[in-house]
Amino acid sequence: MNTVTRAHLTETIYTEVGLSRNESADLLETVLERMCRALEAGESVKISGFGTFSVRQKGRRIGRNPKTGVEVPILPRRVLVFRPSQVLKAHVNHTPPPAGDDE
Amino acid sequence: MTKSELIAELSAANPHLLSRDVELIVATIFTEITAALARGERVELRGFGAFTVKRRDARTGRNPRTGEAVPVDEKAVPFFKAGKELRERVNHGKRTGEAG
Repeated sequence: MNTVTRAHLTETIYTEVGLSRNESADLLETVLERMCRALEAGESVKISGFGTFSVRQKGRRIGRNPKTGVEVPILPRRVLVFRPSQVLKAHVNHTPPPAGDDE
Repeated sequence: MTKSELIAELSAANPHLLSRDVELIVATIFTEITAALARGERVELRGFGAFTVKRRDARTGRNPRTGEAVPVDEKAVPFFKAGKELRERVNHGKRTGEAG
């Protein structure tokens, strides 16, 4: 299966926007970094037509090492969740996008 | 943060770019990720995370209001897994224990 990487996205920005390859790469990096910073601050990142990245707080629970069966505490932590928009879900299924709502 | 706030931040940080171009850059990134997923490809951005498509088998669902059984077709769902660096940044480097 093909994997799309930073290099592909940089190339697309280069051809679509007409910036230099270097600047295209820098801007892609800046976009990702700004999103990371917001998430790091516990803020949600909502990209209409694509989806929402949000941070969820998880409480302490008792886990178990599946190999040894030993109980270990899993400390409270913050995890990232992504909720795809209806538009993205429709694209992935090749179905018509929902009318109106593009969240 | 919304897409328009992201665009505004980028514009402020790059005063030499037209805001129209900044909008196009942001749109291009998400359009391209969407297109790759629609082709069934995966998108891997080291340090940030990976977008993949997962298959869900057909199943018999239930209308939660009426309790009536309804067939749910097989479908694909977009999935995002945060990369190691982002995961740690979100969690502020807190240890999560050794489980899992």
